[in-house]
Amino acid sequence: MSDFLKIADKTFSSRLFTGTGKFGNHQLMEDALIASGTELVTVALRRVSLDGEDDDILQHLHHAHINLLPNTSGVRNAKEAIFAAHLAREALQTNWLKLEIHPDPKYLMPDPIETLKAAEQLVKDGFIVLPYIHADPVLCKRLEDVGVAAVMPLGSPIGSNMGLKTLEFLQIIIEQSNVPVIVDAGIGAPSHAAAAMEIGADAVLVNTAIAVAGNPVMIAKAFRMAVEAGRMAYNAKLGAVKAYAEASSPLTEFLN
Amino acid sequence: MFKDEFEKYDWDEVQSSIYAKTAADVERALHKTRRDIEDFKALISPAAAPYLEQMAQLSHRITQKRFGKTIQLYAPLYLSNECQNICNYCGFSFDNKLKRRTLSSIEILQEAEYLKKEGFEHVLLVTGEANKTVGVDYLQKAVQLLSPHFANLSIEVQPLEEAEYKMLADDGLYAVLVYQETYHKDNYKLYHTKGKKSNFDYRLDTPDRLGNAGVHKIGLGVLIGLEDWRTDNFFTALHVNYLERNFWQTKYSISFPRLRPATGLIEPKVVISDKELVQLICAWRIFNEEIELSISTRENEVFRNHIIQLGATTMSAGSKTNPGGYAVEPESLEQFEIDDSRSVAEVKQMIEGKGYKAVWKDWEQFASFG
Repeated sequence: MSDFLKIADKTFSSRLFTGTGKFGNHQLMEDALIASGTELVTVALRRVSLDGEDDDILQHLHHAHINLLPNTSGVRNAKEAIFAAHLAREALQTNWLKLEIHPDPKYLMPDPIETLKAAEQLVKDGFIVLPYIHADPVLCKRLEDVGVAAVMPLGSPIGSNMGLKTLEFLQIIIEQSNVPVIVDAGIGAPSHAAAAMEIGADAVLVNTAIAVAGNPVMIAKAFRMAVEAGRMAYNAKLGAVKAYAEASSPLTEFLN
Repeated sequence: MFKDEFEKYDWDEVQSSIYAKTAADVERALHKTRRDIEDFKALISPAAAPYLEQMAQLSHRITQKRFGKTIQLYAPLYLSNECQNICNYCGFSFDNKLKRRTLSSIEILQEAEYLKKEGFEHVLLVTGEANKTVGVDYLQKAVQLLSPHFANLSIEVQPLEEAEYKMLADDGLYAVLVYQETYHKDNYKLYHTKGKKSNFDYRLDTPDRLGNAGVHKIGLGVLIGLEDWRTDNFFTALHVNYLERNFWQTKYSISFPRLRPATGLIEPKVVISDKELVQLICAWRIFNEEIELSISTRENEVFRNHIIQLGATTMSAGSKTNPGGYAVEPESLEQFEIDDSRSVAEVKQMIEGKGYKAVWKDWEQFASFG
């Protein structure tokens, strides 16, 4: 059974998206990304050399199956994000954008107000916008209304590896969404990724858990398998989880 | 203002409370997930010394989780050694006989070209305090001159007014480093005997002005060697806590300069051992998981090689601490002796040898052109 993920004009066979930060070196990053099977890789514009010289991060991402998703990490408001988006489009030759506006440099919590403002403008400017946001169901609908291509709610604080602390809200978002839901941030173990896929997330984005693992290539493979397993479980329809045993003599037997 | 909070504390009481911390306090601090300033006191206390390896392991893990296997590299660019202050620990002190020099625009660009060739994208501009020749106009010109060439500019200069910081930020300045040197208000006067720097309160208020001006990053620290380093670092932590609450959009970094020998200067009053400095760095990391910790070339090779894995996130390399020291006049006198005189390439190689990536560029001036 073919089970592709479609976002805007692109179709993905891998539902594991990855980041490029925190790796000990670029070769290790490349090897891990290849092992993960990822087809969408986010790159912080602030880390890319924009002065025309061939940037060393990008050199390691030249693979036919890898699409770049520039992100706006470092901007503090909608105005800066819009500026960064245009810079990214020019520098990386793609109109795909991971919109992240976290004015709080400590916990990197996304600013919902500025994100919505920027998303609205960027969609008008022709960008394929994937906003990084808190797991806020109303915000997701508002973003959908302005035309984003997917939503990227967080599982827990970025880089925390704490897993799906926002589970209840992610489930509401998934239930309500008309655009793909990508669980971003906080996924610290393959089991977290599998859990996100089992509840019906369309994809997950993982960075820290791969980059800082003892063996990034091996963990990348583990994430690949976990995402595939979680997706398969979702498609197969999991059996119901029961909190109590079912009585052998139902209370309604007298009705038969 | 931080001053209001600062004034609630008495130096001697704080100091004795740090020295009264016990092994149980240290263990509690180590096993918590969210730590407060009392935990920080325990971690910098003598009671924590036997827990050094445990602290190092924890600091290593926390740092990697947040910052990955990366070390941000930067270079100091000394623009001037003119100074009207008399500070008895500093090589640039007014009463210190040395050839004074302030770089011209052409010379600044010559130095910049050298650093650019070395690969630097993050540069720290340093001056003394000489308001007539190196006032805010001079600094603004330097920022405007360098901003097109580097991704990230910081300054370590005399404290300025809020409006002046705002102006520099608008021109592309990213960070300001302003070290209190010591939070011991009475003894501060003994070290800063003449000049504007002798005004303790104006310096103490500087981070508030920086926060109000919307500067992206504020660097804090004390000069280790003046007063009890534990107590001074408690006050630094208190300052960071205050700033994080009030200026939540600002990033913070901490430095740990140790008083180094320089021509005609005082000997350190207190000496921190390497072990204690590692304890201090790990304590900072465990206390504040997100803060940048910066290590300069004041430290020696062996220390710098190892500190990479213990909590440091930012390092200078191949530094010269004299104006024109890179390209214009490499032989002039330095502000302090450099203890790690390896080339940039050698430092980069060492970082890579540890399995870390040397990061050159981690900023883009989104705001200044927006």
